[in-house]
Amino acid sequence: MPVTTENSAGATAIRPFTIPEVPEAELKALRERIAATRWPSRELVADRSQGVQLATIQELARYWTTDYSWRKCEAKLNALPQFKTEIDGVDIHFIHVKSPHSDALPLIITHGWPGSIIELLGVIGPLTDPAAHGGSAGDAFDLVLPSLPGFGFSAEPAEVGWDPGRIARAWAELMHRLGYVRYVAQGGDLGAFVCDEMARQAPAGLLGIHLNLLKAALVGPAPAEPTEAERAALAAIAVMQTSGYGYFLEQATRPQTIGYALLDSPVALAAWMLDHDTDSYCKISRAFTGGQPSGNLTRDHVLDNITLYWLTGTGTSAARSYWEGGQAAARAAGQAPAEVTLPVGFTTFPGEIFRAPRSWVEKLYPHVIYFGEADRGGHFAAWEEPQLFSEEIRAGFRPLR
Amino acid sequence: MSTDTAARNADPAIRPFHVDMADEAIVDLRRRIAAWRPPEREPVDDQSQGVQLATLRDLANYWATEYDWRRCEATLNALPQFTTEIDGLDIQFIHVKSRQSGALPVIVSHGWPGSIIEQLEIIDPLTNPTGHGGSASDAFDVVIPSLPGYGFSGKPAVTGWGPDRIARAWAVLMQRLGYTRYVAQGGDWGTAICAAMARQAPEGLAGIHVNFAQMVPPGVLGHIRNGDPAPADLSDAEKRAYDQVAFATYHRGYGVIQGTRPQTIGYSLADTPVGLAAWLLDHDAITYEHLARLFAGHPYGAITRDGWLDNTSLYWLTNTATSAARLYWQQAVTGQNFYAAADVSLPAAVTVFPDEYVQAPRSWTEKSYHNLIYFNHAERGGHFAAWEQPQLLSEELRAAFRTLR
Repeated sequence: MPVTTENSAGATAIRPFTIPEVPEAELKALRERIAATRWPSRELVADRSQGVQLATIQELARYWTTDYSWRKCEAKLNALPQFKTEIDGVDIHFIHVKSPHSDALPLIITHGWPGSIIELLGVIGPLTDPAAHGGSAGDAFDLVLPSLPGFGFSAEPAEVGWDPGRIARAWAELMHRLGYVRYVAQGGDLGAFVCDEMARQAPAGLLGIHLNLLKAALVGPAPAEPTEAERAALAAIAVMQTSGYGYFLEQATRPQTIGYALLDSPVALAAWMLDHDTDSYCKISRAFTGGQPSGNLTRDHVLDNITLYWLTGTGTSAARSYWEGGQAAARAAGQAPAEVTLPVGFTTFPGEIFRAPRSWVEKLYPHVIYFGEADRGGHFAAWEEPQLFSEEIRAGFRPLR
Repeated sequence: MSTDTAARNADPAIRPFHVDMADEAIVDLRRRIAAWRPPEREPVDDQSQGVQLATLRDLANYWATEYDWRRCEATLNALPQFTTEIDGLDIQFIHVKSRQSGALPVIVSHGWPGSIIEQLEIIDPLTNPTGHGGSASDAFDVVIPSLPGYGFSGKPAVTGWGPDRIARAWAVLMQRLGYTRYVAQGGDWGTAICAAMARQAPEGLAGIHVNFAQMVPPGVLGHIRNGDPAPADLSDAEKRAYDQVAFATYHRGYGVIQGTRPQTIGYSLADTPVGLAAWLLDHDAITYEHLARLFAGHPYGAITRDGWLDNTSLYWLTNTATSAARLYWQQAVTGQNFYAAADVSLPAAVTVFPDEYVQAPRSWTEKSYHNLIYFNHAERGGHFAAWEQPQLLSEELRAAFRTLR
């Protein structure tokens, strides 16, 4: 239920927002903290199997203090139309870029963890102005890019309950406030959980969703004779469940405990954020140590994202989203979720935690209208391969126009 | 370096050791605590999202303003401390000999997030029993080492330093100290080290006592790995232990992170003392409740605010939290469940403390320790048994080892 305040009319209006210039003293303090980092001893292995490698994080720290500039990111963000509006008691920050083309399809894209709107900046042009980016005007979108509650410039919820379902309701309200009567939604990582909930809630106006992560790794018992695609996905999930789920578990159970380090040590925050999955870790590590970024996942972009978490102090509140997701899953256990009858598009990216087989997507979503298999890109698909990602989104939503 | 080479080149000398942290290190610690950047308060009224802000604030304020590391140093330096190189690593230990003749030597192993600080209050009751309501015939010589990668011991530079290798080092240590008959004691990681020593059966080891039993039968481990509910044919006590072990194996965030990504969390543990303090507080729910109350001014047995901060400061000042975490990784790569039956044939004694996070059933314990010479439920105490209940644990050791003298 929306919280009403004395100034509710003001708070719930769509208010233009500019990121206040971060005081130089604060940026200096960040650099000083990084420079004062006390390091642990080096890992005992020659690879990433004990976590983020010392050489990688030390090179990141060096670049962060000497070559990186937050001001460029500040300027880039402030050149975009940004707004805030209070929904259900939380001030939500979002970027809203209208297409120059008429009949643009409104699209709300939700980021995940450890991401932010920074991940999506590269798709703004290709999606809102496709004609200028190798596409056709008929594939244009109006773009709404919110920051999740507790992330970036959105406020932190002061109460529990902000699970994907509540976020989904807030997003429907946001699109309603923006005057959109027909729209679509896209998401990966936590954004995929939110879009899944939106599809189940089926708010008036939502035509369909597109995802690049499959929320339920497997619906029903494991297949007796798995296809090659299913075998590969099962193997990838097994790896995640054996050695890749530590951050997930800690954040789902003790977000406050890990949160103290995430706010007090920039290097601790950076290392924690680098270790989401092996594919993106290796790509980011190479960008810092080998000099070759993977697509748009450059050193500066990675640090834009980490610096955003640092300056907004959202490391802990972002971690809480996993706790909320865990609580929601526990509440829903044993109950059949609402069916998804809305059209669903899906694109697999080769570096994602697991490549979802079409068979699994169709089991979870009865009405699959698009299934794409990209040949490049990983977990941060939009970030790493904005052009390719945009092409997938255009193709995924074309049937709904 | 192979163990053979290490053995050939090792310096068997036992060198006196004392603690003397630089002033700058203590100033730096206080400065970092004072510059702490706290998050918002948790949106819950309990520990269900982790260490509570109010608790950590109390801890941080006390740590930065009233806590005195030099007092801890003085306490340690009043004890006989030594280092010796074993298997390529400097091992630091406390060694207190009883004045009683016929004292039984015992090597006591701490665990995580502990240290030798845990065992300081059992030294006198064990070495000087008549001063603590016991009899002279129950005297012990006490050896308390810092585990490799912990406290004042060296940090391994290679993988492989799991409980088995530590156990071999402990046998070398006791031999180097001239002991031809001794026992071993431990909880937490110490229990795994004691079990490994017992399985290795070095000459001189007469038996072990553990305040944490490793006891899940082989046939049950598979169910835990599958995530099955407790098998229906288990007794109530076994079902409870099953659930506790399943939780401890797969649902403790710090355990999984340290078991899979010790380096990643290591950057937090090395760079932010308050972050480190929070991490060490969050071992298990019962212990956390007691520690939170401790910092609100309530007692926790013999554990004091100063004592807990001695332990935390030790991790910080020696920068060993990352190397300590690697022990979990070392265990995880073996694929063996820590709680699996120890399969010990040497005489073994077990005390179950009521607040321990796994309550070992006697039925399973007897099958794990084939020569169980002593089994008792203590009337109070939790995970840090020696620290919280030094008198009680000392009495347990006297009773447990009486028949081995």
